[in-house]
Amino acid sequence: MSHKPALDISQLSYSFGSKTVLDRIGFRVERGECRMLLGPNGAGKTTLFSLVTRLYDSGQGRIEIAGFDLARDGSKALSRLGVVFQQTTLDLDLSILQNLRYHASLHGMSRKDATRRIEDELERQEMFDRRNEKVRYLNGGHRRRVEIARALLHEPSILLLDEPTVGLDIPSREGIVRYMHNLCSEKGIAILWATHLIDEVAQDDRITILHEGRLVAQGDMAGVLQAADAADIESAFRNLTGHGMAH
Amino acid sequence: MQQILNPRSETSRVTEWHIRMQLLHYLRALNGISERELLRFIRQRERFVAALVRPLVWLFVFAAGFRSALGVAIIPPYETYILYEVYITPGLIGMIQLFNGMQSSLSMVYDREMGSMKTLLVSPLPRWFLLTSKLLAGNAVSILQVYTFLLVAWFYGVRIPLEGYLWLLPALVVSGLMLGSLGMLLSSFIKQLENFAGVMNFVIFPMFFMSTALYPLWKMRESSQLLYQLAEYNPFSQAVELVRFALYGQFNQFALWYTLATLAVFLSLAIIGYNPSRGMMKRKGGG
Repeated sequence: MSHKPALDISQLSYSFGSKTVLDRIGFRVERGECRMLLGPNGAGKTTLFSLVTRLYDSGQGRIEIAGFDLARDGSKALSRLGVVFQQTTLDLDLSILQNLRYHASLHGMSRKDATRRIEDELERQEMFDRRNEKVRYLNGGHRRRVEIARALLHEPSILLLDEPTVGLDIPSREGIVRYMHNLCSEKGIAILWATHLIDEVAQDDRITILHEGRLVAQGDMAGVLQAADAADIESAFRNLTGHGMAH
Repeated sequence: MQQILNPRSETSRVTEWHIRMQLLHYLRALNGISERELLRFIRQRERFVAALVRPLVWLFVFAAGFRSALGVAIIPPYETYILYEVYITPGLIGMIQLFNGMQSSLSMVYDREMGSMKTLLVSPLPRWFLLTSKLLAGNAVSILQVYTFLLVAWFYGVRIPLEGYLWLLPALVVSGLMLGSLGMLLSSFIKQLENFAGVMNFVIFPMFFMSTALYPLWKMRESSQLLYQLAEYNPFSQAVELVRFALYGQFNQFALWYTLATLAVFLSLAIIGYNPSRGMMKRKGGG
């Protein structure tokens, strides 16, 4: 399946009652690609993520993850997906290790594989020595690192990040931005990253801009700047959506 | 060599391997969900104590005081006159399971508010399996509570035939699943923790008091025909009766079918309710 895009979305629409939240969205995220999903509040980013993670499942259109159709082959598609939600989804009363073991079991990993992968990912996040600590006692940045380790445990083809740096201090934010971009280039993992922070966008990233449920621009940095007739991404975002971006 | 050349047997071997892996995945997930439920339970020791103290207070205080006020005639499954403490024991077992069912749904509302329900729902298994596993795990915890309660009751003098403790187990699985799925159904319609407290009052108390847990049906009939009808068709009554008969090695067929039927209804509705695009999890599209 390696020749298939990590994520392929086509003609995706979704409505809450009479209100259209997503209107015929389509884009691809290739292997090893880091795609930033930009859009002001209410643009439809969270709805898009809820559809890709199958938390909502009656949208129109098609979503394929690593070549598996989410509607027809949901389990296979979801097994190729890693997610870091905006709000923490760790169990605060359990230890880091217990949280990760729980995730590994939901992905059907054997005890042996889980132990090896947990060690790898926690080492990479420099959290292995703290594996027996309760999540409740970790600060926001460390909780995020654990969530990233967890999302990568089953070696997904694509990682969804829903504003993962919200509420973190600057060093933690920078650490995550650096780590994620390395992940794309070195490990070949695809990333779809929802953000409204301009300093998280790197020069080589692909960009998709949503506004009021519609896709208003996509492509590489140069292409988006040209389409928006702007000199930098901040101006491009303002020209296309009428909103400013945070730093 | 022949097998390798035979494409059909190769295909069937691959299929067999896939099925085995799939089964293993389901088992590992069920194991993981149960382990998590148990860990959470162990970490909340006060929950275990509270779950035990509640029925014991009823047994030691209420039943002892009520004994002289209420005479229980000989009704099946009992073959002799019994003390009120003996009559009330299956009802208190039901109470443990009812509270546990509501408690685990409370934790689901909490999980959802905290977002950890998302971890469960985005894992690569069908939603019905994930929710049923959660229910089974919660039920295992309630069964532990019931046997601990019965141990204390044994020292207090409420003793049932030994084989009754064994027959009780399958009855507890069915009754616990039914009450757990009711809790899950309720939690699927509740958006916030605060609302859940109100529903507990409107569900737990009417279910408990309008049932055979505290008084036999014929007693209720004497005072009100309507109350009698309500109690008879109250799923909690039938769960209690299933347990009551099982404790004496007897099988109450109506109670079993009624409990299974209500279990099927509650569980199906809960699974529909937990479909985020249809049920309670539908939220305004943000971001």
